Amino acid sequence: MSLLSVTNLTIALPKGADRPHAVKDISFDLNHGEMLCIVGESGSGKSMSANAVMGLLAEGLSVARGSITFDGQDLVRLSEAQMRTLRGRRIGMIFQEPLTALNPLMPVGRQIEEVFEAHGMLTPAARRDRVIDLLTEVGLPDPSASARAYPFQMSGGQRQRVVIAMALALEPAILIADEPTTALDVTTQAQILRLLDDLRRRHDMGVVFITHDLGVVADIADRVLVMQSGVIVEQGAASDVLLRPQHPYTQALLDAIPQLKGMTDDAPVPTAAPLLQVKGLHKQFRSGGGWLGGKPRVVTALDDISFDLQAGETIGIVGESGSGKSTLGRAIVRLQDVDRGQVLLNGRDMAALRGEALRHDRKRVQMIFQDPYSSLPPRQSIGKTLTEGQVAHGTPIAQARDRAAAILDRVGLDAGSMSRFPHEFSGGQRQRIGIARALVLDPELIVADEAVSALDVSVQAQVLDLLAGLKRDLNLSMLFITHDLRVAGQICDWLIVMQKGRIVETGDAARILNMPSSDYARGLLAALPGRDFETARAAARV
Amino acid sequence: MNKFWSRYARNRGAVIGLVLLGVVVVMAVLGPFLTAQDPWRMVQRPFLPPFQDSALPLGTDALGRDVLSQLIHGARVSLLIGLVSTLAALAIGVPVGAVAGYFPGWPNDLLMRFTEFFQTIPSFALAIVLLMIFQPQLHFVVLSIALVSWPPVARLVRGEVLSLRRREFVEAGIVQGLRHRHILIHHVMPNVLAPIIILASLMVATAILLESSLSFLGLSDPNVMSWGYMIGAARTALRTAWWLSFIPGIAIVFTVLALNLVGEGLNDALNPKLNRGDA
Amino acid sequence: MARFILGRLVKAALTLLAILVLNFFLIHAAPGDPAMIMMAETGSSDPQVLADMRARFGLDQSLPMQLALYIKGYLTLDMGWSFRRDVPVFDLIADRLPATLLLTMTAFAISLGLGVLAGALAARRQGGWGDTIISTVALLFYATPLFWMALMASLLFSVGLGWLPGFGYETVGANYTGLARMGDIALHLILPATTLGLFFTAVYARMTRASMLEVNRLDFVKTARAKGLRPSVITRRHVLRNALLPIITLAGLQAGQLVGGAVLTETVFAWPGIGRLMFEAIAQRDYNIILGVFFVSAALVLLFNLITDLLYMVVDPRIRLQS
Repeated sequence: MSLLSVTNLTIALPKGADRPHAVKDISFDLNHGEMLCIVGESGSGKSMSANAVMGLLAEGLSVARGSITFDGQDLVRLSEAQMRTLRGRRIGMIFQEPLTALNPLMPVGRQIEEVFEAHGMLTPAARRDRVIDLLTEVGLPDPSASARAYPFQMSGGQRQRVVIAMALALEPAILIADEPTTALDVTTQAQILRLLDDLRRRHDMGVVFITHDLGVVADIADRVLVMQSGVIVEQGAASDVLLRPQHPYTQALLDAIPQLKGMTDDAPVPTAAPLLQVKGLHKQFRSGGGWLGGKPRVVTALDDISFDLQAGETIGIVGESGSGKSTLGRAIVRLQDVDRGQVLLNGRDMAALRGEALRHDRKRVQMIFQDPYSSLPPRQSIGKTLTEGQVAHGTPIAQARDRAAAILDRVGLDAGSMSRFPHEFSGGQRQRIGIARALVLDPELIVADEAVSALDVSVQAQVLDLLAGLKRDLNLSMLFITHDLRVAGQICDWLIVMQKGRIVETGDAARILNMPSSDYARGLLAALPGRDFETARAAARV
Repeated sequence: MNKFWSRYARNRGAVIGLVLLGVVVVMAVLGPFLTAQDPWRMVQRPFLPPFQDSALPLGTDALGRDVLSQLIHGARVSLLIGLVSTLAALAIGVPVGAVAGYFPGWPNDLLMRFTEFFQTIPSFALAIVLLMIFQPQLHFVVLSIALVSWPPVARLVRGEVLSLRRREFVEAGIVQGLRHRHILIHHVMPNVLAPIIILASLMVATAILLESSLSFLGLSDPNVMSWGYMIGAARTALRTAWWLSFIPGIAIVFTVLALNLVGEGLNDALNPKLNRGDA
Repeated sequence: MARFILGRLVKAALTLLAILVLNFFLIHAAPGDPAMIMMAETGSSDPQVLADMRARFGLDQSLPMQLALYIKGYLTLDMGWSFRRDVPVFDLIADRLPATLLLTMTAFAISLGLGVLAGALAARRQGGWGDTIISTVALLFYATPLFWMALMASLLFSVGLGWLPGFGYETVGANYTGLARMGDIALHLILPATTLGLFFTAVYARMTRASMLEVNRLDFVKTARAKGLRPSVITRRHVLRNALLPIITLAGLQAGQLVGGAVLTETVFAWPGIGRLMFEAIAQRDYNIILGVFFVSAALVLLFNLITDLLYMVVDPRIRLQS
């Protein structure tokens, strides 16, 4: 008999939503000790299904029909008080955002103790001992000090370990994990995944793991459930679904995953006069320490960064959070001043420009931003957004509009978009508009800062295609900043790997992705989810 | 616009508030034409209680003046002072907050110290001091109220601008070579409009309360009939003619309540993100 | 932590200094120089007296020198002279300050305690009848002029029902001592403190409600629910504490209004505090008293701010531990 059985579950959305049901007629089982992955893109209803099992649907949402059978009872029919006795004790849950999942005003040990307290278990002294055990089990350094720490004193990965310890405290039969590693760096993600896998084996837990990342699925899943717009389109054993997908949507999702490979073809040869020469960039950030003294915290974001970029070349800057890659990109577009160093663009030092001269030269380097939902001015038409920069640099408005329309067409949007506003477009379309804005000033160099990271994988593939096409047709020179090695491999000729403000390795993209020479790059690649699957898939295709 | 209305109308209190406010506005605008009575002229015996004389439905005050006529003229003064002083406060607070929020470094520090300083000073006491120094004339009353009520505007605008400034569209504007003034006015400020409108409706209410308090203390223009003045003048007769204090007080409560309700309705209508229940 | 407190103290001192400078320029902005105003107050018109007075108060000195003298005066507790009453302003204020402190502190405690309680109750069931009643009452009090509420309260409870004394600080001529006197004062305190407190109760109740609803949406509340904690525990331990942070900040900001409101309450109830003193000085156009009271009330606000800063530090570990 299965541990948990969901039958024909349907969750109604409130009136006025874009569809009547968030989730429609889904059925699945979870067995003891099984890792079940629910995978889907945003809006697929994957999180909502998990919340329904937990009885934690957001206000306004309700189960319209269907049943969730666990421990011989239908969870849908339980009262809130009955449900409360199960939460934390029989079903545990961990969430996506470790930064906000903990109460900022309470020591984390105390927050774990609350689980025992909620279910009237153990004496206060015994609870404290168990907390230390749990923190040890999830691998936190110095468990007794960790127990006394407040969330703000811990890193994202450490906080996620605390949340896991909390969910495991009473050894629940089921653990629901809602995108638990999405907000984490890839090496931290690999550690947390290993920890979860280890724990479910040791405690024989059934785990429902919700994710958008098929690589993660491939690494950990026993069984997979693919959701699209509130329905399950395919489910089965992980090896079947991933290697022999039946449903076209699953196939499309799998095809959209960027292959881990480098572009080996036609990389421009170094010349004596590269387009961009970065020489000895330094930047330190100081925080804390006021006029009353106290030690300021110093973080070195850029430590002697130098490299060249040839015209028509795309260089990828890769690294984890805190590597300084974003600071580097921002320094080159002059959103960030540096302490010292030069940014020579066709021989002119951009880092030394000030005032009007800087404003005038800004059009030579443009940027594509990460978040399509915040990178366009919300209360301004697309036409205005695409022309105001040109007008500011002296182009007559009529000419500016013609050029905007032409570029819009090139990124795959019709000229009618000019009179519309950002909220009328999807995330992918907005990102196309963001690309158009960068192109419209005809820059010599484009800096793309995590330009596809906020997009669903299928949209991401389309935008990457668009960028690759533009690069080919317009001979774009680009600095492509990303945390995602697969994405970098798709579009970059050359890679620069950064760690803690320093360049640890540079080289041909294909070479680094296949045979990294630095330990750090090797670690990054090893932590990349879904590598074995990739090999298997490549083999199956041949 | 339709969406705005349907969201506004969902808040029943806000609709009531709008009706109440409409009544006060109509009274203030049309009232003086409908009642021929000069609010300063003695028309009957003093202390005539309400509902005794159909020509004077609300009776007379200590000097035999028509209370209804005073009430109507008072509505005019209250609304006018509330509105103009709010506009004046916005004229100070919005630019201060916008500049402080947009430009980091010393403009921010300096302007915020300045704002904080004004916010620390007890505003009512400062208004009293200002009116003692200035002459008690209508425009000085308005000015004093504006001078003590702009700091919350500056704080609000600064906070909003500060958070908007971190949004990528501001950086996109900078990278394109747009001028900061252009980005601030065309990209940032349109997004601050809604909270400013909501705050403004509440500020009109606060200004009316402040004016009534000042005229109660005898610090307002002695040549202008206002609700606070009526209460202040009737105070000594509280034991014998309580209604003279009661009636104008009720008028203030209704007007201020109406404005607050309208403010809440505007908040519901302009800030849909706060009502995630209907996502 | 010590640095945090020290920082606040330095800031408070600088603010007081700035208020003195403001005061000084306000006197000079007034039509006619201070000596002429004082002359007018005393009814004399002798030019020699005017010159003497200018010399006596340093008005014949340069402006910066005068400012320095003015600040030095305040530093040595010399707040000027009340010509109407012919006593030092400092003595008048020192005499009246305890009554105001008693009134405002009581009103602050009442309004913060009651307001947070009411707001928390309202937020527990958004849209329920408890919420409707609390929100409506809060809205009504929020819209009621303080002085009018005071008048109506004294009309109802003192003039009409005769339950409570509506005037003064204690029963004149009763000559109570010890506990009896304290009881008498407490009885006199009820009406002014509640009317002053009610408006702010409404303010804090509305803020608490809004803040709790905001916090209710945060992720860690969901984590708490996922643990199986009871809603009452979640509210008390997780929601309320976090919701209090903005309330404490706002309570500090509102302190100015509380002290300003004391002028009105003390006027209506003849409470012998500095607010009442200010009202009397308005009628007599006694500038020195008004500016003195203004300065002291600003100092009071800073005191309230310091209290709220300390409260904030108790609640928020990020401030307690980081500096």
